[in-house]
Amino acid sequence: MNFGPVIDGLSVLLQGLAVTLVLTVSTLLFGLLIAVPLAVARWRGPKWLSSLIWCFTFCVRGTPLLVQLFLVYYGSGQFRDELEAIGLWWFFREPWNCALLTFTLSTAAYTTELLRGALMAVSNSQLEAGFAYGFTGLQKLRFIVLPQAFAYALPTYSNDIIFHLQATSFASLITIEDLAGVASVMANKTYLHYEFYLTAAAMYLVVVYSVLFALKRIEKSLRRFLNPG
Amino acid sequence: MLDGYGPMLFKGLTATLGVAVGAYCIALVLGVLGATAKLEGGRVTKGVAEAYTFVIRGVPELILLLLVFFAIPTLIQSIVRSSSPEFVNFRLELEPFTSAVVALGFIYGASATEVFRGAIQAIPLGQLEAARAYGMYGRVLVVQVALPQLLRFALSGLSNLWLIVLKATALASVIQVVELMRVANLAAGATNKPFTFFLAAACIYLAISAVSLVCIKFIEVYSFRGTEQGAK
Repeated sequence: MNFGPVIDGLSVLLQGLAVTLVLTVSTLLFGLLIAVPLAVARWRGPKWLSSLIWCFTFCVRGTPLLVQLFLVYYGSGQFRDELEAIGLWWFFREPWNCALLTFTLSTAAYTTELLRGALMAVSNSQLEAGFAYGFTGLQKLRFIVLPQAFAYALPTYSNDIIFHLQATSFASLITIEDLAGVASVMANKTYLHYEFYLTAAAMYLVVVYSVLFALKRIEKSLRRFLNPG
Repeated sequence: MLDGYGPMLFKGLTATLGVAVGAYCIALVLGVLGATAKLEGGRVTKGVAEAYTFVIRGVPELILLLLVFFAIPTLIQSIVRSSSPEFVNFRLELEPFTSAVVALGFIYGASATEVFRGAIQAIPLGQLEAARAYGMYGRVLVVQVALPQLLRFALSGLSNLWLIVLKATALASVIQVVELMRVANLAAGATNKPFTFFLAAACIYLAISAVSLVCIKFIEVYSFRGTEQGAK
């Protein structure tokens, strides 16, 4: 085994790691922003809207992320002329935008269903109490229902966060130089497959368990109200 | 519409199902072994099982797959070569289909381990005590009392795992297994219609997922018969 070139390439690998983290955080953030209104609509929205959103989440959750990514990145090339005509081609030309779009929609779909389940778990008497205090619908949502739903959802959401953190490695397959991408470029360049993939694996391992540790702490503070004292 | 690539897509579909079923079976076996090791094992077997799930949970499937496909042959090769001078020209190349099945099975065996562990722990102790009180022991106790309940508790986790493994087979295309995703990729390249073919592949995956969900529903109804949840 020869870890010399790995040590030389450490700074590049760390840059790759930074790309991975930026991609993960931005997709999770955008995904959550989309998921909250969708989940609320799925929970108490009109039937047609709820079914429509279900169709979206079903399609996203029923197909491999890799296929979605290729569909957006390579597939958009088939409509290049049309996209140029409506001025959207610049967006789909960049692998970064395609990865961001695909991963965001994916986390949005998973989080929507997750949050809907959590919203349904919030007991009705909580809403009635809010009504008795004269809260408006939006206030009930903001101050009563959503905080509780987040607390219920967090353990499962943690799993989704880890899943999507790891899934960003697919971005390397559309030429983005994230951690997996850098590792495979270096591995192919130096023929040191074992060394580079192992180093990348170790770096992912550290990140994943740091994130899990942080999430456990947040979970504890969010769920305080469930077992007071 | 598919420029004559229909039959090839169908072939890819069979390969996808082959990889999925093969990997799922390996995962189930590893899961049972892992859960047993975690719950009943000695210090060493327990440690191995814990390390296995710990590492797999922390590393992306793509990296693990590449590690298995590229790195393990290289590693074995260099060990064999250095072991004796007559093996200097030893070469080992894993066949893509087999390595995809083994690698995915190995990866999702970790999830299966957790599913089985949870299910075993969920069996109410009173059930086993009652069985013992009736003079049941060993295989009778496991087959008649423990296993049916264990499967009921494991069912939702196992059906989720099937859907996950099914979607993960798309990764096998990365190591050149000619499954659905790879066929779509090849067809897309040859015809210059990437959207058409990736959409076709996505629809096929969605169809398998939907059929799987219907089957899972039937199995659920069957295995929850005679319980409170089944009555609902």
